[in-house]
Amino acid sequence: MPGPLNGIRVIDFGHVLAGPWCSMQLASLGAEVIKVETRSRPDEQRAHHGSGVAANLESNSNFFEVNLGKKSVALDLTTARGKELAKALVATADIVLENMRPGVMTKLGLDYDELVKIKPDIIMLSLSGFGATGPLRRYAAYNPCFTSVGGVAHLTGYAEKRPNTMTNSGGDARAGTAAVFSALIALKFRQQTGKGQWIDSSSCEVINSMIGDQMMDFAMNGRSPRRHGNSDAIMAPHGVYRCAGEDEWISVAVGSEDEWVGLLRALGNPAWAGEARFATPRGRWENRAELDARLSEWAADKTYYQAMELLQAQGVPATPSFKAQDLFTDPHVLERGAVQDVEHPVLGKRTTIAPPYRFSDTPARIRSGAPLLGEDSEAVFGELLGLAPGEIAALVAEKVIY
Amino acid sequence: MEALNIKVVELADFVAGPYCGKLLSDFGADVIKIERPGVGDRSRQAGPFKDDVPNPEASGTFLYLNTNKRSVTLDIEDEDDREILLGLLRDADVFIEDSMPGELARLGLGYEDLRRLNPRLVVTSITPFGQTGPYRDYKAHHLNLYHASGQGYLLPMWAVDLNVPPCQGPGYLGYFDGGMAAATATLAALFARDAGGRGQHVDISVQHAMMNQERSQLRRFFDDGVSPNRTGKGRLLESLVECKDGEFAVVILSSQQQWEGLWRAMGKPEWGMQPPFDTQKGRSDNYHALRLKLAEWARTVTQDELFHSVQREGSAAAPILTAEGVFGFEQYRARGHFVSIEHPVAGTLEYVRQPTRLPNVELPPLRPAPLLGQHNDDVLAGLVPSRTRAG
Repeated sequence: MPGPLNGIRVIDFGHVLAGPWCSMQLASLGAEVIKVETRSRPDEQRAHHGSGVAANLESNSNFFEVNLGKKSVALDLTTARGKELAKALVATADIVLENMRPGVMTKLGLDYDELVKIKPDIIMLSLSGFGATGPLRRYAAYNPCFTSVGGVAHLTGYAEKRPNTMTNSGGDARAGTAAVFSALIALKFRQQTGKGQWIDSSSCEVINSMIGDQMMDFAMNGRSPRRHGNSDAIMAPHGVYRCAGEDEWISVAVGSEDEWVGLLRALGNPAWAGEARFATPRGRWENRAELDARLSEWAADKTYYQAMELLQAQGVPATPSFKAQDLFTDPHVLERGAVQDVEHPVLGKRTTIAPPYRFSDTPARIRSGAPLLGEDSEAVFGELLGLAPGEIAALVAEKVIY
Repeated sequence: MEALNIKVVELADFVAGPYCGKLLSDFGADVIKIERPGVGDRSRQAGPFKDDVPNPEASGTFLYLNTNKRSVTLDIEDEDDREILLGLLRDADVFIEDSMPGELARLGLGYEDLRRLNPRLVVTSITPFGQTGPYRDYKAHHLNLYHASGQGYLLPMWAVDLNVPPCQGPGYLGYFDGGMAAATATLAALFARDAGGRGQHVDISVQHAMMNQERSQLRRFFDDGVSPNRTGKGRLLESLVECKDGEFAVVILSSQQQWEGLWRAMGKPEWGMQPPFDTQKGRSDNYHALRLKLAEWARTVTQDELFHSVQREGSAAAPILTAEGVFGFEQYRARGHFVSIEHPVAGTLEYVRQPTRLPNVELPPLRPAPLLGQHNDDVLAGLVPSRTRAG
């Protein structure tokens, strides 16, 4: 069954993480995504490993993770003919995506002003750290920069410790995911008005908008909120507690009277629970350190799965702090098809995370693995652009298709 | 003026569902928010409040998440009110709901009922674990979802050892991930419907939406054979430093080129080009010593000086911004990252704006979040002409 974006074509000049993240999700929604890349300057995610430069451009598992379901054409955009072919591809497309540093697409002659001449209703998404306008537009930014300037680093971690820049790709993930939303808003407006647009997206702004609620205290009272670990301003108990297994932790959050009563049932209605100071939410919050100690004691001889089952059976919000291995084997995740196996000619069979939306009528799914560099050059330049086989061979020889 | 020409009914509480609604209302969709009479959305109680004085009409969390919506009070446990809700849904395009699976079906508002009522309706359900699977009835607050998604286990990144407990992320970021996935899927479903299709049911699990954001880290289980944890990656990537003014900054160390720019910004200290600090490998093997040297330098410059001096040399660095820092950040100001909105109770405040801006669409100015039941008369007039309701 076709996905909801069946018939939409995306020309993808994305590289590294944020851009590819966006186009991968568009592919999962059924769009045809053609990744334009070149061997003369390979996508950093193909070329680099944690330990250095990769010998094999097809063996990076993180490239695989963010390029599923795409086609790939090899094309050197620094050549005149390469630019022409890129424009010819754009002429057939609905969406163009890029995440070069601001100014690079203009230098290549492939910015929105040029592309809109070829395809008047084109939707172009430009992703950059700080955005394409403003005094800092040329500043460099990687994920820890988005999380820092976006305001989340300051709010992550424990109150008594230093700020935390978070994991090393959550900022890229959210920048890319927000760009999928942008693409769809623009497509919906195009359906309504016939007009396309250029969307200039700043990863820092995206991240900050996802904690926009946390900015309100400053807007109202001139106060900046601080990080507070696992605790909550109202709920108690509210934390993680060590379980019996190795580095196993159960998260428990009690927000309502029903949940509190459920917690006490799960704990076997211990005598201390009747004390007056635990009778109200405010009292429990004030005495939260003691509740934390009681819960730690209770959890210590249980696995985190046992703890979850015992607490959830009484209606208490409780989940393990799942590790990667758990998520790929958890019965709920498996039954929902939230992970799936995908074949790759070099990496073999990999289990990966399926698209996070379940449609009753137009399913999203991973339609193929990540492409080999230039895997679809012949098909795309031959069938889509109508180049003769001899012409393609010549362009390969001239390292235009490269 | 142009607006997203859709009618949305939102029966959703707190953050995830209302954020999904906001992602549509801020682009001009007519989002009718259904709230419980007398009580309303739980985020009305959440604050923050001006001078810490609680007021359900002026909670910062509610104000941010409900811009440009209309509010109608209905009690869905009441049969007459349910009839009114069905009246609203009869010609709606989207229904956003976050009830536990099966709750609405019990009230005759399940997807099958609504499909019969209005086959063009897109119903978007947002729940912690989705509509199916063994955990579908499990309860979860934001803390629980952060940990259930695998994101919590990886925080705080750079923990000194595993005695530091895993930690949730900032604010309600996980709920925002869920709301973002829901709004994206809703628009995709609308796009397909208006390209010759029909309405459908969209099932969003917040856990799954959050897992997806962490795929780059989670896949490391298959690369290394063990689950990655919060104690760092054994790789030279970045360093957090404290500056002269007590503010923090991050410097990027991921390549030789990054290092050289940083080294120039530091005033070209000799040690930086001598072993062991002259190569990526040497710096990685002596990361602790390197961090001490970086910390020593950072204490001689302000956050602002560090940020601009490193960036001027072409390398990446960034200030760790507090909310105060965010509102004062010149790049945000220059790009119009904030918008002033006047609210009848909360007054005029600066809000963070949608980061998606559409230059070829002229949207009407944003309206403030609604008062509880503010639009009962307007919205319900056609449905129940004789009835006037109070909040």
